[in-house]
Amino acid sequence: MTQKLNIIQAITQALDQKLADDRRVMLLGEDIGTNGGVFRATDGLLEKYGADRVADTPLAESGIVGSTIGLALNGMIPVAEIQFLAFLYPGLEQVLSHAARMRHRSRGEYTLPMVIRTPYGAGIRGPELHSESVEAFFAQTPGLKVVVPSTPYDAKGLLISAIEDPDPVLFLEPTKIYRSFREDVPEMLYRVPIGKAKVVQEGSDISIFAWGAMMPVAVSAAKQIEEERGWTCDVIDLRTIYPLDRDCIIESVKKTGRAVVVQEAHKTASMGAELVSLINDEALMYLRAPVKRISGFDVPVPLFALEDDYMPTTARVKAGIAETMLF
Amino acid sequence: MIIEESLRRISSEPHEDFYQVLTPEGELLIPIDGMIDNSLAVGMYRHMVYARTFDRKCISLQRQGRMGTYAPFEGQEAAQIGSVLALSDDDWMFPSYREHAATVTRGQPLQTVIRYWKGRLDGGVGYREKHILPPSVPIATHLLHAVGAAWASRIRHEAAVSIAYFGDGATSEGDFHESLNFAGVNRLPVIFLCQNNGYAISVPFNKQSSSRTIAQRASAYDIEGIRVDGNDVFGVYMAVSEARKRALEGQGPTLVEAVTFRYGAHTTADDPKKYRDQEELLAKWRKRDPIHRLRRFLEREDLWDERQESQLAADCTEQIDQAISEVLSLPPEQPEAMFEHVYAEAPWHIAEQREELNRILRKDGMQS
Ligand SMILES: Cc1ncc(C[n+]2csc(CCOP(=O)(O)OP(=O)(O)O)c2C)c(N)n1
Repeated sequence: MTQKLNIIQAITQALDQKLADDRRVMLLGEDIGTNGGVFRATDGLLEKYGADRVADTPLAESGIVGSTIGLALNGMIPVAEIQFLAFLYPGLEQVLSHAARMRHRSRGEYTLPMVIRTPYGAGIRGPELHSESVEAFFAQTPGLKVVVPSTPYDAKGLLISAIEDPDPVLFLEPTKIYRSFREDVPEMLYRVPIGKAKVVQEGSDISIFAWGAMMPVAVSAAKQIEEERGWTCDVIDLRTIYPLDRDCIIESVKKTGRAVVVQEAHKTASMGAELVSLINDEALMYLRAPVKRISGFDVPVPLFALEDDYMPTTARVKAGIAETMLF
Repeated sequence: MIIEESLRRISSEPHEDFYQVLTPEGELLIPIDGMIDNSLAVGMYRHMVYARTFDRKCISLQRQGRMGTYAPFEGQEAAQIGSVLALSDDDWMFPSYREHAATVTRGQPLQTVIRYWKGRLDGGVGYREKHILPPSVPIATHLLHAVGAAWASRIRHEAAVSIAYFGDGATSEGDFHESLNFAGVNRLPVIFLCQNNGYAISVPFNKQSSSRTIAQRASAYDIEGIRVDGNDVFGVYMAVSEARKRALEGQGPTLVEAVTFRYGAHTTADDPKKYRDQEELLAKWRKRDPIHRLRRFLEREDLWDERQESQLAADCTEQIDQAISEVLSLPPEQPEAMFEHVYAEAPWHIAEQREELNRILRKDGMQS
């Protein structure tokens, strides 16, 4: 049995099913109870599971992440919601110095099965600091896993895997595509493995790597370029950006010999840079052109009047593909 | 005097007790002679009506799709305007995202506010002339900036205070507590102006904290705390004036809790009916409306009449419409603007990316 759901509905369903499935699972965050979350990801869950399991917290991100750590230490499986990625900053100390390090510094004595969910990225005409995509910060944080779904199916399956994962997972939800399309999502509880990318479309001329809200852009560029120029693209949704699915990435590059990374994050020191370097390490001799990064610019994400100019567009991706193809 | 009285009331009385000068019926509880003269009282009224009018206009602009998400403040005019009018031009002001009544009253052009909510970078500029910073979106983070600015004022022997504006939810963040502590330790000339409007988005204050009041937090840091009726523009004005005077005399910071209510949504993206009984709360709070009570007072004192009221309404509408049409007729912001002001001088990669975007836009322009 399946249902047509968008990403936000798929997330609600994953949370709902894990709350029902496992007494240790609980949710906490700002405005997630009565209000059902500012994006309604937890809508209806307070009524269903009560305030011990769906907890509105005071407005304090260090408090949320820090107490999430304590909850996880002592037998719970907490899933914290941070209202927007940039508002995780007051809780960074807890993420970087404690959540990510507990297993390692206690030599495996203490572990943290916990999830931090947060909407991220531009494209919703949000106010200042509601559009950041600083995922690369967290790929500098050994001990943390960083997951980014781009479809309703993956959102549900990956979130369930994240909740069941023995380690802390940062689950980044691309706001731009929260409600942009629906697809068939199984009603049952299922898992999509963390650490595995997905080949969304097969092709032989060039590999395109993307994640989150850049997936639809990458896919439409690939379709258009095939129609216009006959080049076929291997389009890969990374799904987990830390740790990367090296085998999938390298296999694709070995096949095509060319690669483009599409990301809305700033270009410098980004996941895109990491991919270039990984490909360099593992597939240099297969390359027929330099790997191209199509990124957000190295400027603070502008207020929304200019966000369309900041974000990679289909046209920019196509131009990048052409440049790489014609190198 | 105010502070002592306010503290005494907080410690002995239940929930909604606060320092008040002007009752909801427009009667004075305490003489205002020497503090608030007729022209100031009338000025306060004009500012509040102007602010409410533009707040409503902004909401309707947002509804028409001509502006982005907007954070309305209707109901909180007295807390914002009473406090800002108690400042002098040299003072430093650190607002958050809901303080347009305060910033515009202090002199920031309304056009800037509209630009900001239209998502234009040129809306974030603050207002240097009167030391107004751009609005702070991350909750409570700017309180520490006010602390630092006040610290500099003290070191440089400047007769200026810093004031930070924030909500009840902000008092849960660590930065709030660090600010009070820093300011206390250094006895800094800073005023922490909390508008306790009862809700942080959907979370009511009794779920935000188990403190009965916000003002009482001051005593943990041994600084002054005042709890004032935030819908009483005279009360707020006098409380902030006193806090300012003490700050300049070297007596340190004050935490002012102005008890108020936002009538509408948290932002235009929010639906308050989801988390509170709007009808019941509005019925209760409209009886304490900041504007109506001042109007009653002014009318009783023969300082205001129907003719002035309709003239004011017409003036407000005209000025606001003028500001709006100015902003709406601006050319779209140039994409280049995002590359400016990242650094004093753009490093090579930013300069190159700017060129790259220019090339793309020129090409797009040619295609269309
Ligand atoms: C650090 C941080 N966390 C969360 C948010 C999201 N957020 C914006 S406003 C708000 C509620 C603020 O409530 P309060 O401090 O009472 O001020 P009010 O909005 O009522 O004026 C929240 C949670 C934010 N802007 N910054």
